[in-house]
Amino acid sequence: MLDNLTQRLGKVLDRFRGPGRLTPEQVQEGLREVRRALLEADVHFQVAKNFTERVGQRLLGDERIQGVSGAQQVIHAFHQELTALMLGDRPALPKNTRHPMVLLLAGLQGSGKTTTTAKLGLWLRQRQSRKVLLAACDLQRPAAVEQLVTLGKQLELDVYAETPGPGVDAPGVARRALERARSGRYDILLVDSAGRLHVDQPLMEEIAAVAVQVQPDAIYLVLDAMTGQDALESAKAFAERLDLYGIILTKLDGDARGGAALSVREVTGKAVCFAGVGEKASDLEEFHAERLASRILDMGDVVSLVEKAQEAVEEEAAEQDYARLLEGKFSLEDLLKQLRALQKMGPLKKVFGMLPGAGRMSGLLEHMDEKELRRMQAVLLSMTPRERLHPDRLDGSRKRRIARGSGAQVSDVNRLLHSFFAMQKQMKQLSRMLQGGASRKRLMQQLGDPGRMNDLPGGFPGRPGRPKGR
Amino acid sequence: MVFGKLREGLSRTRNRIAHALRRLGGDTSTAQSLEALEEILYTADVGPLAGELLADAEKQLRGGRLAGPKELPEYLRGRLSGLVQGPEGDPLPLRPKGPTVVLIAGVNGSGKTTSVAKLAAWLQRRGNRVLVAAGDTFRAAAVEQLRIWCGRVGVDLVAGAPGADPAAVAHDAAEAALRHAVDVLLVDTAGRLHTQSNLMAELNKIGRVLGRKIEGAPHETLLVLDATTGQNAIQQARRFTQAVPVTGLILAKLDGTAKGGAVLGIGSELKLPVKFVGLGEQLEDLEVFHPGEFVDALLAAPQPA
Repeated sequence: MLDNLTQRLGKVLDRFRGPGRLTPEQVQEGLREVRRALLEADVHFQVAKNFTERVGQRLLGDERIQGVSGAQQVIHAFHQELTALMLGDRPALPKNTRHPMVLLLAGLQGSGKTTTTAKLGLWLRQRQSRKVLLAACDLQRPAAVEQLVTLGKQLELDVYAETPGPGVDAPGVARRALERARSGRYDILLVDSAGRLHVDQPLMEEIAAVAVQVQPDAIYLVLDAMTGQDALESAKAFAERLDLYGIILTKLDGDARGGAALSVREVTGKAVCFAGVGEKASDLEEFHAERLASRILDMGDVVSLVEKAQEAVEEEAAEQDYARLLEGKFSLEDLLKQLRALQKMGPLKKVFGMLPGAGRMSGLLEHMDEKELRRMQAVLLSMTPRERLHPDRLDGSRKRRIARGSGAQVSDVNRLLHSFFAMQKQMKQLSRMLQGGASRKRLMQQLGDPGRMNDLPGGFPGRPGRPKGR
Repeated sequence: MVFGKLREGLSRTRNRIAHALRRLGGDTSTAQSLEALEEILYTADVGPLAGELLADAEKQLRGGRLAGPKELPEYLRGRLSGLVQGPEGDPLPLRPKGPTVVLIAGVNGSGKTTSVAKLAAWLQRRGNRVLVAAGDTFRAAAVEQLRIWCGRVGVDLVAGAPGADPAAVAHDAAEAALRHAVDVLLVDTAGRLHTQSNLMAELNKIGRVLGRKIEGAPHETLLVLDATTGQNAIQQARRFTQAVPVTGLILAKLDGTAKGGAVLGIGSELKLPVKFVGLGEQLEDLEVFHPGEFVDALLAAPQPA
């Protein structure tokens, strides 16, 4: 995901990396390219324009931080503006609502409303321990009701549905679903609705009528992450006609270029609250603007990675690994351990995509599959524990032995070492940024809260360097 | 057949370039007109290709090959029309003997199932006997959705159990197509994001199974693209063509506000013809693609100013 944009921005930012101050001409020239990179990543035309103007003001205006290098200024400005572009002012779920809480999902055809209704239902039950009722109010698309009923069965979520037919309309179903939610003592009622090709009067009237019946605490707009310019205009039209609470971005697991994610808040005034990141029902996550900004700038998404790791490995072991990692002591032993944990964490690309600098390693990632993972493991296991702890001591003869022992080529061993050293370097940068010894909690706070970025000494550190061996 | 629906109410609209230039006033500078052009191209989802087109337009203007910005609309119309191909002659030619097999693929939510139904209706209108295979065994109730559509069109459907191997459904459908001597077998498939290599392999397998039963099948593999998708559409087309021999595109949801400009990039890069466009929510809303009409619609301003 976002690789394209990341690489394009990376190229521009690389040019800013030279020492010293940036001339206004350099900045303008760079920003023109940034704007084009954004446009080619499907960022809304006006948003791209405004964004580059704001970054330009930061870089050329009085907001410059004294005593910080040009590259750092640029990264800092981009990171802040990207985050600001996506950051919302509300929690993903509304607070202090009535009981049961009512959430209504709206969106265009094919955006993924019905699937998202089920995913969000599962998320609410699993992560929030709420008792959830789904209401099948898409009576337009053939078999949409049946789809939700089937999904409900699969996920063991209760669904209120009526057989579509004469006399059965969406507002009526919604009203009766709410009655059921009350009498059944559900915490949350989630209402699916019908989609249309584009925003039209009947669609808006139907949703408005459903909203009148259930008085939703929040209306979410479900938006396909691969959305182009026009669909963003549709999102705007939704926002103008409905009192939206936030956006749920779907299909963010493809190689969406990120345009919708970057544009939708500025276009609609509402931030992304959740994101669908996979085919599985459990693949719905709370959206974190700051983390996505980091990922776009190829600073990696260490926090998400840690959270993923947490789910996969023992809490305590993770804590230890993490402490080591932060001390900059990242050895091949750790890599081996992590490779093993990785297999439990899901698709490799997804996990590696969260590592800092991964965008630059996309050549490597391209060929990275489960087979490659096993091959890497074989190479690692062909080393002695001592070698794994001191990879710098591997000479040609040892490498040949390792290659033979694992059925690989010396070039494979070298490739693994190159990637490892690149990772190690980034881990060190990260730990320097935290002045060592920081706890995971503190790291999360700092990465999770853009306001704290300013507190770091010397502004924001430079972006991780290009890995060696490329 | 032309984009009747697309042109509906378009008579009062104007070419966006001409409109933008007029708005800028009589003596528009080259820089201004290029800026206007940039907005038009990018907001129509033309994407990276826009940079190239702008550079070319600038060269034409500065080199004096265009008399002035006034000639931009016509110049651009010509350039864009040349980038995308329609079907040459019959978009779905039938084999002289035996069923013609058409495989329909695309990402989730692109409009595959609806396109299958519209295509079935289109074929039936022109007098072909059609059989539909419900190869989307993954999404809950996808078979039901297609069954309802097929009922409306009045064509037969071959379906398997939910979760069944789609290749097995394809196999059964191919046999049924031979048995009933239909003209066309339309095979719907599950939506798959082009980044999921296992699902792309599954699509390939469906094709192979069809080929074992019916010689040369699938004779057409049509990729359904959502016209509201941005530049990701190009990546989808690349990945799908790598996995299966795509013979053409169906541009779905091109309903008048979505411009579908990404298809220009696909046309220029992959030389894939766009065979059909989906223009609405009715069964009849499928038309044969025509590059000139498409470009006119792309450059048309939605409302008279």
